[in-house]
Amino acid sequence: MDFSFTDEQNRFRQEVRDFLEEEIKTEYWQPACDAWVQGFDPGFTKRVAQRGWIGLTWPKEYGGQQRSHLDRLILTEEMLRYGAPAALHWFGDRQVGGAILSFGSEELKKEFLPRIARGEAYFGLGMSEPGAGSDLASLQTKAVEDGDYYVISGQKTWASCASFAQYFDVYARTDPEAPKHRGISEFIVDARSPGLSRIPMIDITGTEAWNDVFFDNVRVHKKYLVGEKNRGFYQVLHQLDYERSGMERLMGNYPLFEGVIRFAKDNKLSREPSVRSKLAQLQIEFEVGRLLIYRVALVMEEGRAPNWESAMSKAYSTEFEKHLASVAMEILGPYGQLKSGSKLVPLRGMAAHSYLGSKGYSLQAGTTEILKNILAVRRLGLPSS
Amino acid sequence: MKLTLTEEQEMLRKTARDFLADKCSKKFVKQMEESDAGYSVELWREMAELGWIGLVFPAKYGGGDMSFLDLAVLLEEMGRACLPGPFFSQVVLAGLPVLDIATEEQKQKYLPELIRGEKIFTLALGEPGYPNYDASTIATEATLHDGDYMLCGTKLFVPDAHVADYMLCVARTKPRGGITVFLIDAKGPRINCTLLKTIAGDKLCEVLFDRALAPRANILGRLNQGRSAIQKISERAAVGKCCEMVGNIQRVLEMTVDYAKERKQFGQHIGSFQVIQHYCADMATDVDAARFGTYRAAWMLSGGLPCTKEVAIAKAWIGQASQRVLALAHQIHGAIGVTIEHDLHYYTRRAKAADLAFGDVDFHREIVAKEMGL
Repeated sequence: MDFSFTDEQNRFRQEVRDFLEEEIKTEYWQPACDAWVQGFDPGFTKRVAQRGWIGLTWPKEYGGQQRSHLDRLILTEEMLRYGAPAALHWFGDRQVGGAILSFGSEELKKEFLPRIARGEAYFGLGMSEPGAGSDLASLQTKAVEDGDYYVISGQKTWASCASFAQYFDVYARTDPEAPKHRGISEFIVDARSPGLSRIPMIDITGTEAWNDVFFDNVRVHKKYLVGEKNRGFYQVLHQLDYERSGMERLMGNYPLFEGVIRFAKDNKLSREPSVRSKLAQLQIEFEVGRLLIYRVALVMEEGRAPNWESAMSKAYSTEFEKHLASVAMEILGPYGQLKSGSKLVPLRGMAAHSYLGSKGYSLQAGTTEILKNILAVRRLGLPSS
Repeated sequence: MKLTLTEEQEMLRKTARDFLADKCSKKFVKQMEESDAGYSVELWREMAELGWIGLVFPAKYGGGDMSFLDLAVLLEEMGRACLPGPFFSQVVLAGLPVLDIATEEQKQKYLPELIRGEKIFTLALGEPGYPNYDASTIATEATLHDGDYMLCGTKLFVPDAHVADYMLCVARTKPRGGITVFLIDAKGPRINCTLLKTIAGDKLCEVLFDRALAPRANILGRLNQGRSAIQKISERAAVGKCCEMVGNIQRVLEMTVDYAKERKQFGQHIGSFQVIQHYCADMATDVDAARFGTYRAAWMLSGGLPCTKEVAIAKAWIGQASQRVLALAHQIHGAIGVTIEHDLHYYTRRAKAADLAFGDVDFHREIVAKEMGL
């Protein structure tokens, strides 16, 4: 066992920190909670790309840096620590790029990966549907072959970053006769395609968090089929393993964590035994969770898709995020309810945002219940229920 | 970064697991709990011959030259087997502190017989008012008489004191500050040892010192300067306990999942019920998190890195995690798990004892608070 980072890894972390410090000093943006999924900043994404930090682990021939998954974790950990607005490239970098790399044709790799890495192609996800949430395999959006094209019709929902997405990674039924897991295919769909429309959905915090995305006979050339026809469900499971794998599940609200500790110190609340105990408990939970996530990166480094490992770290981490938000509200007292922009608001309203926002963390990318099912079956060998 | 064991450590684990499966049945554990001594001389000798007692000590004293991280693997297996006896006292509480702070002459004198298991060693640290091993509150006094020290005071929850030949005793040598570690003859006069009846059936004692002799030549480390030694001793003891606890809850998880796969109700294996599956998933998460927290601290300790916060995090976490794991294990096992015939109680009783040893959750959480600058 070795819990240390190499000198090179430490230097890289420092390089990322220096970059982010400089960004904040230049007042390009302010650290924010949930900025990995709600911070849209083309300039920032471009500057990150110029450093070679999008597609960090991908082969050089596709615009990547062929660096390790541990390096990518260090990079994303720092982005989250600083609450950086990384949403425009997050999905392409985290999962869609990897899916294209694992399953896509050479043509698709060449078309998309370098552009994602240059910060020029933003992706959204077209997975869930109104009637297909946890039971994703029951999705109803259809893709019907028509010459060199597929024609896609249906509705996707809970699509994050969708207003800004230039492409969607869409799962649609290509064989209605086959058992439901075996009739789904994956497509890359241009968001400007005729027949594709989006309606924003506002979440409990008052933020546009998702879109409904409608497909009305959207024509997609066959070359945009990712992987094998009818293998899409297996591909999406693989992609979800990556979607759950990262530090954003633990550190999405890190600016609040830091802020509330500082608040307690500045206001001498940290002398109160109950406050000390609550904050120390968060620190304990945070550090232990971080180790669970580093384990996931090490699994990826071995060339395996993290399966139950990322189910575990994600289920654990979203509980931490909820706990953090609750403790922040307890420590701030009545001020905790004040929203960003209000008179007297502490910590720029992060506590209120996080408290409300955290209700959704254990639902997205696999509910905690689904993740525990995965753990029970895949890790522990209990029978599928 | 690497979160797996080396091949050698895996071999050590396997050897230990096989040996303990053979020699340390639950029947044996029960016998030891019921006996006064609490250990079998025969098994003790075998462990010495296997090189376990000396594992972590330098070869020049007869040891195996291995690291604390290797010892962590062995301690985990001992926790898994509920091994009774003074191994922890001998190695973690007494042997390693001697190696840390004793003079070369003292090491030459004591370590070879410690490593061979010929003499039993323990540590007398905790006290009635302050059972949480906080060196600043030690009240046992050592006063100088005719060139040597006399010890007066009460030590509490001293493991294996009733069978020990030597005892490291931590005492106050100046009214304020001034903590010193003595190595004393545990069987000497004016030392009164009472075995306490504990839930784990481990052998914790109350030890009264009524002007017991502590020769000046037996001061370990520097006079009045024992505090930093105590901090290290306490941190190492806490991590060692965590290692045992990891073995404990890992085994409990396995027993529980096995049971959920076998036990049928309503015509189905209970392990196919989602609520049982989620309990098991929660247990697995707690076990893995506890393992990483513990091994991180063990790795840092092994490398001589400062790790006050990491140790406290490990112990505070596993204290909570182990209680949750055992609670769910009992719930899944149903009533059979609370009977004396079933093995689960061995783990439940030990997990609680380990939680209370060398600082409980609150104690370590407060250390974390201090380390955060709160």
